[in-house]
Amino acid sequence: MNSTILLQQLVNGISLGSLYGLVAIGYTMVYGVIRLINFAHGDIMMVGMYFAFTGVAMMFLPWWAAFLLSMIATAFLGVLVDRMAYKPLRNASRISALITAIGVSFFLENLFLVVYGGVPKAFPVPELFGGAINIHGVIFPNIAIITPIVAIVFLLMLLFILHKTKYGMAMRALSFDMETVRIMGVNVDMIISLVFAIGSFLAALGGIFWAMRYPAINPLIGIMPGLKAFAAAVLGGIGSVTGAALGGFIIGIAEIFIVAIFPPLAGYKDAFAFLFLIFVLLFKPTGIMGEDLDRGRF
Amino acid sequence: MKRFLHILAVAVVSFMFLSSSSFAKEVKVGVVWPMTGLVAAFGQSAWKGAKVAQSMEPKAKDGSNIHLILLDNKGMKVQTANAVSKLITEDHVKAVIGAITSSNTMAGAPIAERNKTPMLTSSATNPLVTKGKKYVSRVCFIDPFQGLVAAKYVWNTLKAKTAAVMIERDQDYSVGLAHAFIKAYKKLGGKIVSTNFFQSTDQDYSAQISTIKSKNPQVIYMPSYYQEISLFARQARQYGLNQVIMAGDGAEAEALLKIGGKAVNGVTFTTHFDPHAAATPLAKKFLKLYYKKYKGQPDAMAALGADAYFVLVHAINEAGGHKATPQKINYYIRHTKDFKGVTGVITIDPKTGNAIKSAVVRKVENGKFVYVTTVNP
Repeated sequence: MNSTILLQQLVNGISLGSLYGLVAIGYTMVYGVIRLINFAHGDIMMVGMYFAFTGVAMMFLPWWAAFLLSMIATAFLGVLVDRMAYKPLRNASRISALITAIGVSFFLENLFLVVYGGVPKAFPVPELFGGAINIHGVIFPNIAIITPIVAIVFLLMLLFILHKTKYGMAMRALSFDMETVRIMGVNVDMIISLVFAIGSFLAALGGIFWAMRYPAINPLIGIMPGLKAFAAAVLGGIGSVTGAALGGFIIGIAEIFIVAIFPPLAGYKDAFAFLFLIFVLLFKPTGIMGEDLDRGRF
Repeated sequence: MKRFLHILAVAVVSFMFLSSSSFAKEVKVGVVWPMTGLVAAFGQSAWKGAKVAQSMEPKAKDGSNIHLILLDNKGMKVQTANAVSKLITEDHVKAVIGAITSSNTMAGAPIAERNKTPMLTSSATNPLVTKGKKYVSRVCFIDPFQGLVAAKYVWNTLKAKTAAVMIERDQDYSVGLAHAFIKAYKKLGGKIVSTNFFQSTDQDYSAQISTIKSKNPQVIYMPSYYQEISLFARQARQYGLNQVIMAGDGAEAEALLKIGGKAVNGVTFTTHFDPHAAATPLAKKFLKLYYKKYKGQPDAMAALGADAYFVLVHAINEAGGHKATPQKINYYIRHTKDFKGVTGVITIDPKTGNAIKSAVVRKVENGKFVYVTTVNP
């Protein structure tokens, strides 16, 4: 493998990894605050794709408007899901909430199957994201350049919200002790809704970028990216936002290099992503950036 | 006494029910096709074809209705096995049509075999589907033939001396067809410069594309399904990989054109049917009715779906209509000879259950499927 191909594969890995990272941040946000692994996260990402698809292909909105509207609508959906499915179980055992999350996942998948049908739809890719740049034989698809930038910008924005605003402070406090925060007079439900809104907003963003890179969308499309993003979030240390982004990059790059270096093993690359996860967890059970399990994070 | 009258009344009513259902003669046939999931376009297309076929021949010769019970297998192996099992043991169907893909059909086949119920697949082309089975048959050709046709086309018409192969590791169809192609292509003198693998849920092919690009083959053979091929084509073109992509019958679906856009122009594939090459009277009538109902041309999946229906009804007629046992129907399916179906003349080999038929080469030109040539076995 010469240096051009090596560099090319690195670009491929970073671009795939940034997609995983974007989705993983949403996972980690929700987990960090209410200790719920939101298995419907991948499906919320799928909903974001379909909202954007509907906006561009069926309502003929300009792409930026459709994307923005889709992210806002998906954020509201996230809040709605929390209010209807998770809030009544706030004090129930964690396993009940987990099962509910899987139920929500099935519900969303089947709802969109009924509405949009099972045949994959072609996601309209705006001109800006379609092309590619050739630098000394290494191809940089536009989308592969834009995705990491978007991922990092949104990560920084999120870190700003978490560490420099009152709402962020409330979120971090919630992850320590929900009851005490409630006694302090913080509107806990509002803050949790905000967490779901941000998480779902980011899921939609990740979904839209996913769909622009792989423009065939179907109602079951969220499952695999959702699992990968979950693995990324756990690898990075679930509850840590920076860790989730880092975990995404690691899994993305690892996947690409497994395929690049051992082509016959490419059919098992998902298995490797998860094996890699298990391997890391054996040595660092809380993930790369994860801290003490008893402490609050971000 | 009152109690006795009650029981009598119930008995009379239930007797009337039972007898009325047996008077409305019908033959139940199970259909297991993917209506949702990754290969949903195939199942939906085949179902359209089967419905048109049913409107042309709704009854068996003895006047009994053909009652199709459709179950969605979501394109998944477990669901296929469950559906076949339910149809045979709960619905007591006389025969099962399905499934679309080879892997799914192979998941359902042992159940049909165990229950001695015929299973007729419209489009599973992997040779293993019917291997060693007495009750599984098909109305399509098999992959060794399809791979040979593709290899000959690549070698003789495209004049390509080197090829790269993209194999979908978890699909028996893809693995089998790729090996058939590689074998035939090497025999002709061609050279495989790069063999790459991926799996069904993959959407990112950038690693494989980068590897293929460094080997610079003259053609890329990717026996896979429409979604994978269209995503691969888009990414390949983006990375400046502009070679012809050659595929199998799995490429043929409207979704390929919609998802692939300009990137799939030039994609060439071997398949079962082309509306312009339709020759039999049945095909002409089918095309007319299909157009009337759906305002379009049927693709290979629709035509094969119809053929599975026609061949099965033909066998039911031979076996004696609603009184026929599944075993007897199976005998006549396996002894289908020179049946003039939609996709051509179908003869099923009684020993193997495989159909012997000609193949068609089609390609994408300006966002449309166009006819290239027909190859006889």
